[in-house]
Amino acid sequence: MALPVDIEALDKAFSGIGVDEKSLISILTNSNEEHKKSLRKGSSKLFIEDAKGFERSDQSSIKILKHQFKRFRDAVMLSVLHPWERDARLIEKAIRKGPKHYNVIVEMACTRSSDQLLGARKAYHSLFHHSIEEHLVTHIKGRERKLLVALVSAYRFDGPGVNEDVAKSEAQILYEAINNGEKNKLLDHEDAIMILATRSKQHLQALYQHYNQSYDKTLAQDLEGEGILKDTVECLCTPQTYFTRVLEAAVKEDADEESKRALTRVIVTQKEQLVKEGFIPNKIQDILLGLYKDFMLASIASGDIK
Amino acid sequence: MATIDVPEQVSVLADAEALRKACKGWGTDEKAIISVLGHRNAVQRKQIRLAYEDLYQEDLIKRLESELSGDFEKAVYRWILDPADRDAVLANVAIKKLSPDHHVIVEISCTRSPEELLAVRRAYQARYKHSLEEDVAAHTKGDTRKLLVALVSAFRYDGEEINTRVANSEAKILHEAVKDKEFNHEEIIRILSTRSKMQLMATFNRYRDDHGTTITKNLEGDSGDEFLKTLRPTIRCLNDPKKYFEKVLRNSIRRVGTDEDALTRVIVTRAEKDLKDVKELYYKRNSVPLDQAVAKDTTGDYKALLLTLLGKED
Repeated sequence: MALPVDIEALDKAFSGIGVDEKSLISILTNSNEEHKKSLRKGSSKLFIEDAKGFERSDQSSIKILKHQFKRFRDAVMLSVLHPWERDARLIEKAIRKGPKHYNVIVEMACTRSSDQLLGARKAYHSLFHHSIEEHLVTHIKGRERKLLVALVSAYRFDGPGVNEDVAKSEAQILYEAINNGEKNKLLDHEDAIMILATRSKQHLQALYQHYNQSYDKTLAQDLEGEGILKDTVECLCTPQTYFTRVLEAAVKEDADEESKRALTRVIVTQKEQLVKEGFIPNKIQDILLGLYKDFMLASIASGDIK
Repeated sequence: MATIDVPEQVSVLADAEALRKACKGWGTDEKAIISVLGHRNAVQRKQIRLAYEDLYQEDLIKRLESELSGDFEKAVYRWILDPADRDAVLANVAIKKLSPDHHVIVEISCTRSPEELLAVRRAYQARYKHSLEEDVAAHTKGDTRKLLVALVSAFRYDGEEINTRVANSEAKILHEAVKDKEFNHEEIIRILSTRSKMQLMATFNRYRDDHGTTITKNLEGDSGDEFLKTLRPTIRCLNDPKKYFEKVLRNSIRRVGTDEDALTRVIVTRAEKDLKDVKELYYKRNSVPLDQAVAKDTTGDYKALLLTLLGKED
């Protein structure tokens, strides 16, 4: 007979992000058929009563478990691949999976350095025999296409020397585009797209300041609800806000699979940044499990090492 | 094939010394400058600059700029730069004109290889502290701007694969656009700025096979439209760059008063690439050798340099 504490332990082993491998080993290897039967009967998450009189697996739960077991593997893969290949594969996957994943494309295009983005474009050629732009226009028919193509094509200047007058006047252009025009026409606003896609990050950060000073709210606030436009502005001007938002969404009670996957992606690719921003692992370590947890925490810890 | 004639053995130290000698004292020995620089490839020219700097603690380019003048100076300046740096300078000059030379931007973005275009973008940033696409966007507008920014930002796949289904459907799209003269600019820009060059050639060939005439012929005529003025050289450069260059040369010489900027630009940028083939095309088209036409239309040291780059024996 399985003790309630065993049943609880089994459920707990699967109730976070990642899997508590040690716990599973100790529960399952010591378990004979009787014990296992009562584990299955007692487990509310994984097994259901079949009409034919046995405890069968709940298919959707099995699917979720698959994702959980995959996390460690995904973390290793993301970690070991050359950053160019890694980013190219992330972009390709996002294009294939559709609109809910376009923020990943924005993330790749806007939080990497100009040379890293260029590298990802080269890797994309080798891996997929097409340019990113080509795949974007082939697979994306919606209005986000223009902005996404422009963002991945950018080779932004990276250096000082911002023309404050231009930054201020371009802040005004964006303000008018957002507040005077129809908000859902923003993705078609040529000038707005040009500004966001061609200006250097330093210039855009200056623009962001001017916007805040001139209009008493931030550009990101004014783009609330505007999906990838808001992501774009955050990634370019205040990346720590974007990443914090993504991490918090991942550890929420009702986070979906995609949000949870973002945890791996952000921690593995941004660990140095996270340490710099003073990111404290407390928030996430309670919900992580097993080897996956070890990998994530160790990643953050090592982000401190130069 | 290149046209410049480079000797088997080259000593960049001797070259640096010879150039120093040519610039020293009263007057300049332009012939000596031409006879050295006109017979060196890009790698050698760079090494000569470094050697000169080493020996004389002076920038050879600045020295030449101060010694020379006019069309000759412009040509020497462009010739001596690294190809990517040169293209960056050409692009900047074209952009900053009161009425920007869109076709020069098209030429650079469409006739260079994807890697070469990346090198131009890097060189542009190093020189001008702005990205190329930023400056193009700031100095153009409307659909022309969309096309030009897309072209300079492109990093085309450079493989040989062709998708015939795509070639077929995109040839149709292009034909619709051209026929109706109500150009669906979005689609044209998409096709021309994202597809690989091999894929585009397949599309243009398909167009010709389906409609009995090339797409460039179908675009001739209407001059007014700004977008068309930029679209035509775009398609020409992507379809057959050598033919495009022959035409630029032909027009630059034919004009009452030669268009030295265009003449210099084409000869200097193609002398190490495919100027030989362009020369053959020129002869076929005009029944006059290019050397002869250039000699007739230019004078002095400028003429001497151009002819040297064209491969004329000293």
